[in-house]
Amino acid sequence: MASSTEAPPRKNRVPRRPGDRIFAGVSTGSGVLILVALAGVAVFLVTEAWPALTAPAEDIPGGQGLVVYIWPLLFGTLISAVLALVIAVPLAVAIALFITYYAPRSIAKALGYIIDLLAAVPSIIFGLWGMNVLAPVTVDPASWLSQHLGWIPFFAGPPSSTGRTMLVAIIVLAVMVLPIITAVVREAFTQTPQLHQEAALAIGATRWEMIRMAALPFGRSSIIGASMLGLGRALGETMAVAMVLSASAGGITFNLISSENPPTIAANIALQFPEATGVGMHTLIASGLVLFAITLVVNMIARAVINRRKDFDGAN
Amino acid sequence: MSTSLTTPERDPDLHTPLGGVSLTAGQLPRGAAPGTLVAAAVAGLLLWLLAGWAVVPCALLAAASYVVIVYTWSRAVEGPRKATDRFVTALVSGAFLLALLPLVSVIVTVVSRGAARFDAEFFTNSMLGVTGEGGGIYHAMMGTLIITGLATLISVPIGMLTAIYLVEYGRGKLAKAITFFVDVMTGIPSIVAGLFAYALFVMMFGPGVRMGLAGAVALSVLMIPTVVRSTEEMLKLVPNELREASYALAVPKWRTILKVVLPTALAGIATGVTLAIARVIGETAPLLVTAGLTDGDNFDPTDGRMTTLSVFSYYEYQSPGLFAEASFDRAWGAALVLMIIVMLLNLVARVISKLFAPKTR
Amino acid sequence: MAKRIEVKDLDIYYDKFLAVQGVSMTIQPRSVTALIGPSGCGKSTFLRTLNRMHELVPNARVEGSVVMDDDDLYGPNVDPVNVRRQIGMVFQRANPFPTMSIYDNVAAGLKLNNKRLKKSDMDDLVERSLKSANLWEEVKDRLHKPGSGLSGGQQQRLCIARAIAVQPEVLLMDEPCSALDPISTQAIEDLMLELKANYTIVIVTHNMQQAARVSDTTGFFNLQGVGKPGELVEIDETTRIFSTPSQKATEDYISGRFG
Ligand SMILES: Nc1ncnc2c1ncn2[C@@H]1O[C@H](COP(=O)(O)OP(=O)(O)OP(=O)(O)O)[C@@H](O)[C@H]1O
Ligand SMILES: [Mg+2]
Repeated sequence: MASSTEAPPRKNRVPRRPGDRIFAGVSTGSGVLILVALAGVAVFLVTEAWPALTAPAEDIPGGQGLVVYIWPLLFGTLISAVLALVIAVPLAVAIALFITYYAPRSIAKALGYIIDLLAAVPSIIFGLWGMNVLAPVTVDPASWLSQHLGWIPFFAGPPSSTGRTMLVAIIVLAVMVLPIITAVVREAFTQTPQLHQEAALAIGATRWEMIRMAALPFGRSSIIGASMLGLGRALGETMAVAMVLSASAGGITFNLISSENPPTIAANIALQFPEATGVGMHTLIASGLVLFAITLVVNMIARAVINRRKDFDGAN
Repeated sequence: MSTSLTTPERDPDLHTPLGGVSLTAGQLPRGAAPGTLVAAAVAGLLLWLLAGWAVVPCALLAAASYVVIVYTWSRAVEGPRKATDRFVTALVSGAFLLALLPLVSVIVTVVSRGAARFDAEFFTNSMLGVTGEGGGIYHAMMGTLIITGLATLISVPIGMLTAIYLVEYGRGKLAKAITFFVDVMTGIPSIVAGLFAYALFVMMFGPGVRMGLAGAVALSVLMIPTVVRSTEEMLKLVPNELREASYALAVPKWRTILKVVLPTALAGIATGVTLAIARVIGETAPLLVTAGLTDGDNFDPTDGRMTTLSVFSYYEYQSPGLFAEASFDRAWGAALVLMIIVMLLNLVARVISKLFAPKTR
Repeated sequence: MAKRIEVKDLDIYYDKFLAVQGVSMTIQPRSVTALIGPSGCGKSTFLRTLNRMHELVPNARVEGSVVMDDDDLYGPNVDPVNVRRQIGMVFQRANPFPTMSIYDNVAAGLKLNNKRLKKSDMDDLVERSLKSANLWEEVKDRLHKPGSGLSGGQQQRLCIARAIAVQPEVLLMDEPCSALDPISTQAIEDLMLELKANYTIVIVTHNMQQAARVSDTTGFFNLQGVGKPGELVEIDETTRIFSTPSQKATEDYISGRFG
């Protein structure tokens, strides 16, 4: 379509009004400030973590070096977040389906708000709820699990008597990331082209067959992206885990129902920070840096997946 | 449709309607599914009340028996496709109900445990000199208000201006980079935001620093991306025709943005900002490491430790005083106050977006 | 008021895409000039270059000259904002500001530019503008209600009132009646005939009867082919274009034998 005129583009020097120049400058400056702040997050964290990175192994809490200190925490972080996701994703997809396709139209929006309310509950409240309400409830089922399903490493036991276990932390995390995943997936479902849905229904598909033919394929990358988003949130969740697991300490184990649980990086920072000084403090910040890096990667992947779908949306 | 005359008998299926399929054939009687549901629920209730089983297995059993009965029945009468559809319907509805459980449980618990301390002393006193019963959260409420207010003051201008840059000016690499990193920023764990603010203030004030301002900075890191996102969304909704109408009246661009674009998007932006406040006002972890805790009133964000509701609640529970029950009551009380604030903010946001949205039609 | 516009050898680009090529025409003051032509031939694009709205599209630019009386609109150091102060525009879809009342919409040109007027002067200006736009009788009792509460035709007349409240020299209209019913269209056509006593009016329209009814001069734009730039085929007195056009393409188009 390009025409072949070789006339050089005439630079039209438009005098810019001072008001425009100032306003454009200020708003651009704000954007740049955000970039600077983010770079600052990285730089400051590295600076404050540096003494721990260079300190001799015996100075690090535990006396065996930074890697040995952080590794169990990292393990706890990953296993709690991943298992929370295993619970939350199928539930979130089901809830999104329920709200978009099964609930009566008139109350669908209200149901969406109700699920969003879950996201609004502060994590401190989930922490209190987890240790006071959920933990005791799980004691009996946990002992049943260890008796009957003890051969699965997750339920090896012995079961904790307080119920403040990894299992409870995982359930609380799942509840907390549920609304985030639901929101993104629901968005995708509502955008499923009417045309595809009607095409499926017109050839005699049941509701579920229509969903399988039209909605799920269309929403697939959103589901993946939303799961990554939820993973990022679960990895970084601090207080709820800290409160549920504060009474326990342990190394690397897949056992979810004993009182010996590996804490997570975030929870460990919250628990240790108020009393930490010197190298201990720098060590905590170093572990925070690790968490930052992981969530950064997870979120970047999430965004990339979600945005790739946007290119095919057609709506702009 | 082309009718082939040469081979009429080869593919009769495609050229003649199937016929003979009754439109009402193979249906479960009306009320079959709800009836089964009621029966299953009653059976579950009986097991719980009379046989003395625990609640959870009873509920599970009732749900499972409903699913199994309806599925087999439907499969026999309506065929496998319909049966699968019914199965999925049950599954999906069950998932929704399951998700409501924790929400209801959380609300009931917080309200019933927190109401114990809803007295005048609780809202007017601080914790200065209190070791046993009594005491209040006045200092914590003020601290929450001050720190969140400061965070809002920092985040809203930066966030809105950035959104304006992205929508009205942004082109090329810089805009792409900012969009991307705002997205990334949305995912920063709150504890990391806290560590960042702490590290920043350590550079300025030395190790061990605690002050309200640092807490506000930490919250801003969490708040800015939300504000940017929601403002951006709202600005994009403003039709271009309005901008053009304004330009055609010889209004310069910056005035067009300030006087036409922003007012049109204002309700949406206010909603977004309110939700952003609701999101950070309950944060605990970043404030734990930046603002810390103090028993008395400190309303100066640049001078030492400052208590907020969430941190207060955490410490009351984590390290109770002489009478543990009194501490726990305070913790739940503070949590209830926090929850009410957050729910109110959410409600306000909905009301703003309902009432003040400009009528475009 | 009312000025003559002289367009010479105007090429209009969207980035690298040449949308309109080699337009030269004279737009007479105190008259209505209609622009007709098939969809996509660049009528709107051309119209928007007359008040420098075209350059709001990223990377859009023009070559050639547009001279109003003696001022080159694209000369160095010309502020497009000042150009638009003298050349107003009415759009295809009525676009009153949704946050403003009817009164404020009419006063918008002044208020948005922070011109302070005495209340009585402002009232007077609003009333005169609405009267000129033949809307006063219909809205005088609800001046402070939102402008978006009016009917489509009323909204369009409100936009005309808004455009003439700043007293421009020239009024550009891009298919102002395409979304309106016959009665509202009639009202706006009558209005144009009244306004041309004071204004230079340029209107883009797909409705040839409308062009014949309201305009003094008609310009016909056409496309040479797909992907080729649009161009001005001919411009002449309206009566001549619709009776004895000099170009075959024009005749084909107005007699419906286009294609
Ligand atoms: N913003 C834009 N960016 C790129 N190309 C554009 C843009 N707007 C219009 N064009 C192109 O410029 C050409 C002329 O478009 P224009 O809108 O001026 O046509 P028109 O004559 O007004 O058509 P219509 O009668 O349908 O309104 C078309 O090929 C169109 O695709
Ligand atoms: Mg057009």
